[in-house]
Amino acid sequence: MKRQASEISRKYKKKNQFVDVMVRISKNKMAVLGLIIVIIMVLTAIFADVIADYDDVAIKQNMAIRLQKPSAEHWFGTDEMGRDIFARIVHGTRISLYVGAISVGISLLFGGFLGAVAGYYGGKIDNGIMRVLDVFLAIPAMLLATAIVTALGSSMINLLLAVGIASVPGFARVTRASVLTVRDQEFIEAARAIGAKDSTIILTHILPNCLAPLIVQCTLRIGKAIVFTASLSFIGLGIKQPTPEWGAMLSGSREFIRDNPHMVLFPGLAIMLIVLALNVLGDGLRDALDPKLK
Amino acid sequence: MYRYIIKRILALIPILLGVTFIVYAIMSFQPGDPARTLLGTGATEASIQQLRQEMGLNDPFIVQYARYIWNLLHGDMGISYVTGNDVSFEVFSRFPNTVILAIGAIVFAVAVSIPIGIISATKQYSAFDNIGMIIALLGVSMPSFWLGLMLILLFSVHLGILPSGGMQNGFWSLILPSITLGAESMATITRTTRSSMLEVIRQDYIRTARAKGVPERKVIIKHSLRNALIPTVTVTGIEMGALLGGAILTETVFSWPGMGRLLIDSIGNQNTPVVLGCLVIFAICFCIVNLIVDILYAYIDPRIKAQYK
Repeated sequence: MKRQASEISRKYKKKNQFVDVMVRISKNKMAVLGLIIVIIMVLTAIFADVIADYDDVAIKQNMAIRLQKPSAEHWFGTDEMGRDIFARIVHGTRISLYVGAISVGISLLFGGFLGAVAGYYGGKIDNGIMRVLDVFLAIPAMLLATAIVTALGSSMINLLLAVGIASVPGFARVTRASVLTVRDQEFIEAARAIGAKDSTIILTHILPNCLAPLIVQCTLRIGKAIVFTASLSFIGLGIKQPTPEWGAMLSGSREFIRDNPHMVLFPGLAIMLIVLALNVLGDGLRDALDPKLK
Repeated sequence: MYRYIIKRILALIPILLGVTFIVYAIMSFQPGDPARTLLGTGATEASIQQLRQEMGLNDPFIVQYARYIWNLLHGDMGISYVTGNDVSFEVFSRFPNTVILAIGAIVFAVAVSIPIGIISATKQYSAFDNIGMIIALLGVSMPSFWLGLMLILLFSVHLGILPSGGMQNGFWSLILPSITLGAESMATITRTTRSSMLEVIRQDYIRTARAKGVPERKVIIKHSLRNALIPTVTVTGIEMGALLGGAILTETVFSWPGMGRLLIDSIGNQNTPVVLGCLVIFAICFCIVNLIVDILYAYIDPRIKAQYK
C-alpha cells in the first residue's frame, strides 16, 4: 500500500514537472516555433520514404532532367545528375538528425561519465580528468574532428565518433559543474549514510538532479553536430555522394553556383532551419528549466 | 602581474605537449605505410624495410613522438611526400595568409558586434534590438561555408563587385572570406556584449552616475562599457581559436591559399607529414591565442591583478 502510494506520488511529481516545463516553454514564442520546426523535421525524417522514394527519386540518376530549375514537378529543382533536390533534402534530414543524435549520445555517454566521476570524487581524480580534458579543449573541435576522420577514414561510424569525441570535453565540463552543486546536499549524505554504493548514488540520486543543464546542452549540441557533419562532408571527409547528406550536396553543387543557385540555396537553408530551431529551443529550455526564472 | 604571466606561460607547456601528443597519436592511426607511400608500388620489401628503419618507423610509438617533438623544437617537421620540400617551409609559407584571414575575420566580428551589442542593450526590446538579435541568431545557426557560397552568389556572380576567390585583389579579396569566417564570432560576441551590458547598466553605480548628472553617452562608454567588455574579451579570445578551425572551410570555399587549404589538399594527397604539421601548428596557435587572451584579461580585470600584487 505504502509502495503504491509512493509510486503514484513519484509519477505525479514527474508528470507535474514535465507539465510545468512545457507550460513555461509555451510562454516563449520563439521556443515554441523551434519545437514545432524540430517536430516537423523529426516527422520528415521518420516518414522520408513515404514523402519521396529513396532509390527512385533521391539516388537514381536521370540525365534527361538534370539541372532543372524549381518547378511544380520538382519543388527545389534537380541536381547535375537529375536527382530531385527536395527528395534528397527530405532524406538528408534523416541522416543529419541521426548523426546529430547519435554523436551527441556518444558525447553524453563519455562526457557525462567523466564529468560525473570528476565531480563526485573530486581531488586527484577530478584534477587528473579535467587536466586531460583541458588538453582536448585546447584543440579546436573542428580540427579534432578533422584529425580523427583523416586518421580513421571517412565512413559513417568514424564520422559519428569524430563528431562525438569532439564534444566530449564540453559535456564533461557541464556535468561536472552540475554534479558539484548536488553532491554535498543532504539527500546525498543520507544516501551515503544508509550505505548506498557510489555508482548507485551517482546514477540514481546525482545524475537525475543534473538533467536540466544536460538536456539544454544536448539540444544545442545536436545543432552543432549537424553543422560539423555537414562541414566535414563539404570538405570531402564526411559522408560521400550519392548519399543525400546536406553538406555533401553543397559540396557537389559549388561548380554550378553561377547558373543553378537553387542547388546551393536549399540544402543550406535546411541546415540553417534545423540548427536555428534547435538553438531557440535550447535557449527556451534553458530558461524553462532554470529554477531562478520560475 | 608578472607572476601571473609566468604562471600562465608555464601552464602552457604541459598543454602544448598534450595537444601535440593527441594530434600525433590520432594521426598514427592512419592506415598505410609511409615508407611504402614514399617508395611507390614498385619498391621491394627490403628497400621498404630499410626506409622504415631509416625513418625510425620501427621504433616504439613514444620514441617516435619524442623524436617528433625534438625535431619540432628545432623547426623540423619532416619532408612533404608530394613536393619533397621541408614541411615547415610549406606550412609557414601559408601561415601568414591564414593569419591575415583570421585578423580580417575578428576585426569584422568585433567592429560589427560591439556596437550592435551596446545599442541592443541600451535600447532593449526596440526594433533595433530585435533585428540585432535575429541577425545574431542567424549568424550562430548558419553554416559558414554556406554563407560564403551565398556571398559569392550575391557579390561576385550577381553584382560582380567583389572577387569570388584567391587573394590576387589584395584588400578586396579579403572582404568576403572575412565576413564568412567572422559571422559566427560576430553573432556570439554580439549576444555576449548585449547580455553583459544589460547586467552592468542595471548596477547601482550606473544609477549613481546617472543621478549625478553624468551625460548618458559618458555613462555608457566610460562607466558601463569598461566593465561589460570583460566577458566580451574572453569570448573574443575563444572565438579567435574557433576561427582557426573555421579557416579550413572558408579557405576551401574561397580558394584562399592558407594553412586550412593546405591541410585539406594534403589530406587528399595522403601527405601525412604536412597534415600533421598543419594540425600541430593550428593547435599551438590556438593555445598561444588563449594565453594572450588570458594575459589581456588579467590587464582588464582588476580582480585578477589584485590577486597577484
